[in-house]
Parts: sequence; structure tokens; C-alpha cells
Amino acid sequence: MSKYNLDYLDELEAEAIHILREVAGQFEKPALLFSGGKDSITLVRLAEKAFRPGKFPFPLVHIDTGHNFEETIAYRDTMVERLGEKLIVGHVQESIDQGKVVEQTGKSASRNSLQTVTLLDTIAKHGFDACIGGARRDEEKARAKERIFSVRDEFGQWDPKRQRPELWNIYNGKIHKGENVRVFPISNWTELDVWNYIKRENIDLPSIYFAHRRDVITRNGQLMAASPFLNMDADDIVENKMVRFRTVGDMSCTAAVESEADQIEDIISEISASKISERGARMDDKVSEAAMEDRKKGGYF
Amino acid sequence: MNLLKFFTAGSVDDGKSTLIGRLLYDTDSILADQLEALQQSNRKNDDGTIDLAILTDGLRAEREQGITIDVAYKYFQTEKRKFIIADTPGHIQYTRNMVTGASTAKLAIILIDARNGVVEQTIRHSYLVSLLGIEHVVVAINKMDMVDYSETVFHAITEKYKTLAEELKLKAVTFIPVSALKGDNIVHESQNMIWYQGRSLLHFLETVDVEDKQSYHLARMPVQWVVRPQTDALHDYRGYAGRVLSGSFKLNDKVTVLPSGSSSTIDRIEIFDLRPEEVHAGQSVTLHLKDNIDISRGDVLVNAAHLPQNSKLIETDVCWMDSRPLDESITYLLQHNSKVTKAKISEIIYKVDINTLEKQDAADFKLNDIGRILIKTADELAFDLYTDNKANGAAILIDSRTNLTVAALMFRAVAD
Repeated sequence: MSKYNLDYLDELEAEAIHILREVAGQFEKPALLFSGGKDSITLVRLAEKAFRPGKFPFPLVHIDTGHNFEETIAYRDTMVERLGEKLIVGHVQESIDQGKVVEQTGKSASRNSLQTVTLLDTIAKHGFDACIGGARRDEEKARAKERIFSVRDEFGQWDPKRQRPELWNIYNGKIHKGENVRVFPISNWTELDVWNYIKRENIDLPSIYFAHRRDVITRNGQLMAASPFLNMDADDIVENKMVRFRTVGDMSCTAAVESEADQIEDIISEISASKISERGARMDDKVSEAAMEDRKKGGYF
Repeated sequence: MNLLKFFTAGSVDDGKSTLIGRLLYDTDSILADQLEALQQSNRKNDDGTIDLAILTDGLRAEREQGITIDVAYKYFQTEKRKFIIADTPGHIQYTRNMVTGASTAKLAIILIDARNGVVEQTIRHSYLVSLLGIEHVVVAINKMDMVDYSETVFHAITEKYKTLAEELKLKAVTFIPVSALKGDNIVHESQNMIWYQGRSLLHFLETVDVEDKQSYHLARMPVQWVVRPQTDALHDYRGYAGRVLSGSFKLNDKVTVLPSGSSSTIDRIEIFDLRPEEVHAGQSVTLHLKDNIDISRGDVLVNAAHLPQNSKLIETDVCWMDSRPLDESITYLLQHNSKVTKAKISEIIYKVDINTLEKQDAADFKLNDIGRILIKTADELAFDLYTDNKANGAAILIDSRTNLTVAALMFRAVAD
């Protein structure tokens, strides 16, 4: 291979670093949205590559639903300590206590959709003008259409019909007061690219990504972790299975897959052979064909 | 393994979305749950098979109207290459979206309906490909099943297109007869057209060499960010962070900083914990210089032996992208990589009728209009002509009233 022809992981990495540095250069108060999932962990690694030995020009922001996998929170705190960077946490519980959102009831109750209000409040409180997120275009078809610099109005809304043209590698981050931009540096990565990068960079991940034994119940054909946050009744049968998670979100909306893959190489071969997309394990996307589009219009990531 | 970004030009009627759907389907890139969603959809082909076109329609309005409005990006890979497809709408009212999708592509697939041959839309799409300087063009002559897989039809269209390609100075053009609906010559070589000796579309995409060789000597790196830890241990650390646009930088290379014109030599190159001796186009790096000179975001580091153009008055091709027409009385912002400066349009030189390619005098310039203008900037720009170096020869215009990106610019000549 010619030295001018970059390997795809090097090219994706270089593009993401370029985007992160554009955020640093163009915005006054950016933030990196950190969920504890592998995509935002990858973003943190890319930020190290973009700005070290300097400090990050932004804090990490975690929107905490309160329904977390404890492994994720432990991971987050260790990571922040190692990085020596600032962490800001926005609590969904606070939004509930303030009466801004109402906890869902019923069997499929989840705090996932409540996050949006807490996110918008956190953005407003700190005056963030850009929020970096780990969304990828291969995840979902509405995301496939979103720009890398995605302008949101004062209400955090995405308007797919009024997107700015995004030309060459030139990113227009100009906004009016009150607006903010969601920035997606790994837009062009696929799930497999992320895993291959994590392997290449030897990045440590929360343990729930690897096969482990866990009590689960089956709901709509999906394996959900049994937890105090899941509304269970007599019909639910708890089974102990060897599982792992492909995405990490709120405990009440993230399904596990049965798996023996406890090494990153096994996960990569499992995903390569898999016939189910990653968001197939997200209950929040199953609501309708346009579920993600509607949530984005409402201010979601 | 490397990455190839390409875009497709054509309309739904030409079978563009079906072609992309077929590429994904036949390379096994569609996952079971996506397939299930497809099968549950109400849209089917006349013969009851899955309508592959739905795969690329992302927005509700697009599904409802059965058209592509915005650029959608699709990802797939084979053992040889990774691909990013920019699926762009073909209709004239979405010219700006096509320009957007094409701006980052190294290869274009132009779809022609075998029943209709070269039509107005083909001319328009091919013109945009030539305007954006896309080096590699595949003309996919589709719906061959509807013309009895006729070699004569294929050759007649090929001959006609060659004349157009010559007129537009398109360089590498490859013709492939296909049926996206039936799968002929998309991934698998067709049994229905044994007269066709070439490879399938996928084989071509996997093997075409798309390296940009003409800008090798033009080392350019716009400074995005200055890394200054300002800690006791790293008190004097001053790294210029950016992405190499074109060419290469080596240790001890003499570089010039523009617009100031100061010179220095490269002292150290960093990519995080690596210390390479040489870096190339596409890499995000941090450069250190021997001399302590004042450099900030928006400045460009270039190879001292091959300086770019440096001017405030530029003749540029333009594609207008906003519903508010071009206004010669207002001041716009021009963004050229990490540099932003004020700009005014001094003159509309001509407008191109993109269906006939005629140049016309124009008093106004509206959404989707393409032509040439003379632009004047407040600060000098260090740029290359788009034909010499795309990466350093393009810019966008921003309307400071709305902050929208209103135009794509491709620099063609220094005007003073």
C-alpha cells in the first residue's frame, strides 16, 4: 500500500481528530457527552489524541438516568480520575423531582426518553454551545442523514429539512445565541470499526460489554437485565444466562445478547458474523419506523 | 485496507436507490432486523419482491413521497475495501445536495436508464462531476433487462456519452451495463450479457486506484489549534495541530507560515505518542517548529518550495445553496478550511445553464444556480487552484444574518 493511502482506521481516526479540533477552534463552550458506552469511550481516546499533552478544551458531561449499570459508573469515575479532566453530571432524577418530567409507568417504563429534558437543562445551565456525541450514521436511518455539525434550535430540535450543506471537510459552526450544535466525530464509523479501533488502541471497556452471567428476563423476544429499575410482575421469569451488551444505555431499555465472547477478538468475530444490527437491541427504536427521527426532532442526541 | 467514498447520481426513476440497495443486499450488508423491517413495509416491487430502494430512504417525508431529499450515507465492506456511499438526490431542485455529497467523493456513479439514454439530467449530473473535479466516473447503464440486454443499445449510449465526457474533460470514464433490479453486473457478473467483457460494478469499485497524485508536492496544513499545556514540565511546549491537506511534511523541511510569510523548519512531528519522521495528506498531526513565531488558528503551514496563491481577489466557480439569492450589496463570511474572513461578491461573471451547459450573462443568482463570480476577501487567502489541489482550493460562503452555508466555492484563478 502506498504511504499516501491511509489504512481505513487511520483515516477515520484522522477525520475524527480533525472534527474535534474544529470544535475546539470554533466554539466558546463545548462539551463532550459521555454515556459510558463504547462510542463515547472511543471519543475520549480521540480527544486525547487531538489535544494531549494539553488539557481537553471541554468538560465531559454525563446525563445520568439513575438507572445505570453500576459497572458503567465505576468505569466513568476511574476514567475521569486517570484523565484529570472535568466531569459534569446532569441527573434525570432532579428533572423528575422538579416536576419537569414524569416517570413512565407500566411494564416497559424507561427513563431513556426523559434524558432529553435533563440534557437540554444541562446545556442551558452551563451555556454549552457545542455538544460532542458518539452517534454513528450506520446505527439508524435518520442518523444516516444527519450532518457532522448538526445545528439545533433553542429547544434542541433537529430539523432534517433545514440542514446546512456540509461540503468537503469544512464545518460551519456559526450559530445564533441560544442555538447549539451537536457534533458527531465518528459519524462515518461502523460498529465494527469502533471495535477494531478499541482493539488496536487497547482501550479498556466496562465489563458488561464482555460475556458474564446475569439474571435476565425475556421481554418481546429481548433479554433484559433483571434490576430494581425494571417493572416486573408474576409473568416474568428470571433466568441466569451468559450474556453481554452491545450498546450501553439505561438499564431499562438496553437488551443483552446471549454470548460466550469474553475477549475482544471473540466479540469482533461475533459481530462480523451477526445478522442483527446493534440498535436491534434497543427497545426505544422499536416504537415505530421513524422513532429515532422523532426523538431527534425533539432534542435527543 | 483502505476506504473509498463514492456518490451516486441519478433519480429514483433511473433506479438509483435500487442500485445501492442491490449493492448492499448482494454483499450481505443488510442485517436481519433491517431486512425484517423491509419485509414488513408496504412498498413492494410489482412482482412482490422486496423494494430495495427503501433501504436508503431515511426520512419520513422521503418514504411517503418515494424520493430522496437529502444525502444519506451508507456503509459496507468487502474483503478488499471499505466503502462509504453518499446517496444523493438527482432532481434539479436538489442540486445543492448532490454537490454536498459529491464534495467528499473520489468516484461518481452516473446512472443512465437504458431506455432513455443520455438525457438532460445526465448532462447536468456529469457537469457537476466535472465541476467538482471527481477523477473517476462509472457510467452505469441501468435497466438493461428492459432493453433485452442489448449490446447495440449499450454501445449507442456509450458513444453518445463519450462525446459529452470529452466536452466536459472527464478523465477516467468506465461503462458498465447493469440491471439493479435483477442484479446483473452489480456484484455478480451477468449471465445475460456475455457480450460484455468487463467486470461487475463491485469488482471495479474494489480495484480502482483513486489516489490523488497531482498534489503530492503541495504540502499544506491549516492550523486548527495550538497545543500549549503551560504546565511547569511543558512550559515551552508549543505544537501546531491540524490535518495535512495535501502533500507531505518531513523533519527539517523548510516551511512558510501564511499569511505572515515567516519561515522556519520542522523540529518535531507528533501523532499523540508517535514521533514520525514524515506525515502525509489526510493525517491529523501536531508540528513543532525550530523558531518561536506567532502562529494561530487560520494560518497555514506550507512547503517553502511550493507556495500557494496568496490573494484577496479570486475568480471562483460557485454553486448557490440558499433560498435567499446572492446579494452583491452585503458582506458574507468566507470559510476556507480553518480560516474565516469577510467577503463580498464584486461581479457575477456568468451563470451556466446546467441542462445545456451554455454560459449566460446573469443579473441574479438563485438557489441551485451554478456559474462563476469574482470574490473579494478582507484578508489574503493562501489557496491553490481547485484543479491543482482540491483540498486547498475550495471554500464555503456563510450568510452572517442566518449563519447558513449559502454557497460552495471552487477557486479557478487569481484575479489581480
